Amino acid sequence: MKVVKCYISSDHLPFENWHTHTHTHTHHKKCSSVPQFCNSPTMLVMVGLPARGKTYISKKLTRYLNWIGVPTKVFNVGQYRRQAVTTYKNFEFFKPDNEEAMKIRKACASAALKDVATYFSKEQGQVAVFDATNTTRERRAIILSFANERGYKSFVDFLSQQVKFGSPDYADRDCEEAMVDFIQRIDCYRASYMPIDDEKDRNLSYIKIFDVGSRYLVNRVQDHIQSRIVYYLMNIHVTPRSIYLSRHGESELNLLGRIGGDSGLSPRGQKYANALATFITNQNINDLKVWTSHMKRTIQTAETLAVPYEQWKALNEIDAGVCEEMTYEEIQEHFPEEFALRDQDKYRYRYPKGESYEDLVQRLEPVIMELERQENVLVVCHQAVMRCLLAYFLDKPAGELPYLRCPLHTVLKLTPVAYGCKVESFYLNVEAVNTHRDRPGVSEQLLSLSDPLTRIQSTYPSSLMHLQRYFPHIRTYAKTFIFIVYGHIIKKESHKISKAHILLFVFDRAKCLSS
Amino acid sequence: VHGPRELHQNPLRKIWMPRTSNGLPQRPITQRRVCMTNCPTLIVTVGLPARGKTYISKKLTRYLNWIGVPTKVFNVGQYRRECVKIYKSFEFFRPDNEEGLKIRRQCATTALNDVREYLSVEGGQVAVFDATNTTRERRATIMKFAEQNGFKVFFVESVCEDPDVIAENIVQVKLDSPDYIHTDTEEAVEDFMKRIKCYESSYQPLDENLDKELSYIKVIDVGRRYLVNRVLDHIQSRIVYYLMNIHITPRSIYLSRHGESDLNIKGRIGGDSGLSDRGREYAMKLRKYIQEQNIKELKVWTSQMKRTIQTAESLGVPYEQWKALNEIDAGMCEEMMYEEIQKNFPVEFALRDQDKYRYRYPKGESYEDLVQRLEPVIMELERQENVLVICHQAVMRCLLAYFLDKTADELPYLQCPLHTVLKLTPVAYGCKVESIYLGVDSVNTHRNRPENVMAQRSTEDALQTVPAHF
Repeated sequence: MKVVKCYISSDHLPFENWHTHTHTHTHHKKCSSVPQFCNSPTMLVMVGLPARGKTYISKKLTRYLNWIGVPTKVFNVGQYRRQAVTTYKNFEFFKPDNEEAMKIRKACASAALKDVATYFSKEQGQVAVFDATNTTRERRAIILSFANERGYKSFVDFLSQQVKFGSPDYADRDCEEAMVDFIQRIDCYRASYMPIDDEKDRNLSYIKIFDVGSRYLVNRVQDHIQSRIVYYLMNIHVTPRSIYLSRHGESELNLLGRIGGDSGLSPRGQKYANALATFITNQNINDLKVWTSHMKRTIQTAETLAVPYEQWKALNEIDAGVCEEMTYEEIQEHFPEEFALRDQDKYRYRYPKGESYEDLVQRLEPVIMELERQENVLVVCHQAVMRCLLAYFLDKPAGELPYLRCPLHTVLKLTPVAYGCKVESFYLNVEAVNTHRDRPGVSEQLLSLSDPLTRIQSTYPSSLMHLQRYFPHIRTYAKTFIFIVYGHIIKKESHKISKAHILLFVFDRAKCLSS
Repeated sequence: VHGPRELHQNPLRKIWMPRTSNGLPQRPITQRRVCMTNCPTLIVTVGLPARGKTYISKKLTRYLNWIGVPTKVFNVGQYRRECVKIYKSFEFFRPDNEEGLKIRRQCATTALNDVREYLSVEGGQVAVFDATNTTRERRATIMKFAEQNGFKVFFVESVCEDPDVIAENIVQVKLDSPDYIHTDTEEAVEDFMKRIKCYESSYQPLDENLDKELSYIKVIDVGRRYLVNRVLDHIQSRIVYYLMNIHITPRSIYLSRHGESDLNIKGRIGGDSGLSDRGREYAMKLRKYIQEQNIKELKVWTSQMKRTIQTAESLGVPYEQWKALNEIDAGMCEEMMYEEIQKNFPVEFALRDQDKYRYRYPKGESYEDLVQRLEPVIMELERQENVLVICHQAVMRCLLAYFLDKTADELPYLQCPLHTVLKLTPVAYGCKVESIYLGVDSVNTHRNRPENVMAQRSTEDALQTVPAHF
């Protein structure tokens, strides 16, 4: 069997992956860094009275599974009900003797199950989270036989403790009125409530969560994905805390427009580290843990904070392989095909002898798991790494992840709130180069930036690329020009400067000046 | 805010550390491998005899040591055997045997003293106190001891009422115990059952209500069900995850390297070359061997490097590629011959011989990094049953070290020659290894530690142990 390195494939682009030229093998089609641990799709069935945190867990778990590369979706039956019965009147809808309502609720559950089947068979879903009370044995039997008939595995997540109050149904009610109604609603379920029974249900695969996560009962974990789900559920908590994400201060290689490497901080980078120390002190954070990578620039940044810190190799920047320490222009010059491939699918593209964002996510999973366990943490890391972490917290899909904005000298403070994460961005007022390279063809967005200096610096990488397409004779000497114009002399190069280029930047400058 | 301390990269491990005036690190800078708990942890087993406590203790210890957490088992039964040289019968364990109780209590105390020595003085991180610990009173004593010494306590209880499992246990591990070495099988089994009975009446399992402040995991029916209570920190969470993934279903793990590669022939390390002719021959022989073994539901795993995939392709069965199984990254030394490394980086070459486990290639990895990278592979190997892993020399050494409980110093020098399959079968408390050479010639890629590891050594000394190549 001939093994070829191909740049084109039917599904994912296996840039640095070895593919076999054969159609006879039915082995997994995706050659990725994530082992294929799900063969049959899995249904995760939530069980519990209202206000037990089912939707919170459903959403969080879904976000985690999607991030590690397991396509997962939540099917919230309450949402189906809200679409069917557009106005919620009161708790009477949930009374066990309300036959008409019962019919509607059953229909909603069926519709949701139908969508689960479609998700698995037509949309390549791997895990479906069936988020409803599912408090009667009868209802669970329907779901389980649905799963069994179709060969889906099922795993039940049983939550028993009341954790919160709040629901879209009460958005426009007064608080006390809402509270009373909600309690009566819960009571409607209570009469027919049949918790998972350790004896009768002993052949089911399930996890019971008690006491807001201090106690768990796990029964018959069947496979890898269920084991990962259990591990995740056991590590998350709801204690309020904040996670601070920051890149290292501007580095010497950043200044040169070079990627990767292991350089130290530039003077402005050091200034940022000082500003970060002040910022952290002023935030008055309780028991803050500080993590860095094994690379000099993050460690130098943390050193300035004068607090103990932990080095994680897993937080190292993405390995650009043969492209390490190159400028984008040099990559374009030496590896134009690779450069183009990267723009085609930045998430899955793996640098030759290096890594992909997809590899990064795998490498960062233990970091995420430990972040879930911890409370207040400051992570001093790198651009690609920070994008991956941010995508996890903000539930960004693989397509967006590599283009998330993580500028230098800016701290992102993430605070879990409701079903998501609040983000506060703190620019610590120390200038730095811009290292963000947009998706090609998105330079219009950059023109909206108000500060002319930032705009020129931002448009530099992409506008130059743009120019090079039309004026192939233009070299990268413009860098020198720009920096002369704005007084940042990094490197003097004695090359010719293209007239056209000068014009463009003068024009741009004129534009700035006029605005 | 004062200026930052100057950073200096440790030449062996390539780790940046702050340099202080006296040259020593001022504040402990932790390298995250596993959570560095400041408190050592005392794991306490609970359960009737023949419930797998020692099995769990040893396996857990092996795992924790492999991932870099210094761990040791303290088996009270062993202390008892040292004290009472000759085991007569189950009568020793009768609850009304005053003298027996005195000795047993004494043994437990001695063991706890050794625990204290290990955790507080010798730098151990986790101690596993392996005994029945079936009464609340005994557990309270242990907890008091732990509190006095600043140790965290985590209980691991094994509950099992399946008579088949218990019988199998007794056959596998009890009959070979020094206690029964001079007794015939039937008698031994009978005596042991009576021994279990002695504990049963006073057994107080961990209770949901009475023990709700304790941190513990209750393993029920060999893993069918788990009850987990109050996991306090990272290490306990890892322990729970590990215990939930292991099983005792009989199975075998086959470890093999890829067939000989083109770079192997040239004596070059790393790279991503294809198989040589002999390598291809090996792949065919491997296919035959696997077929003859008639393995039930064999899973095949490879790395994402060409040579392992080519080897797997010849087997004609589905396989999964793991990036984590890729060979150690030799960074700047990739695709070099040892002679070239000596020529271009003689100091690096010497550093590697000084501490091969921790040595990190410039812009590459160390064996220590490899172990971290391979941990998910090990976890999944524990979950699986029959698996064939086609990987690389350094990777195979790491996996082998896990299964055979080899130390960090031995690991980088384990013999993993080309064209040889290692069949590992768990048995009793350890692993049986069968080495099957499939009869296809290859170069030798094993480089022993030379005598002279100093940086100033001669080229001849440095290259003393380099294996022959074309």
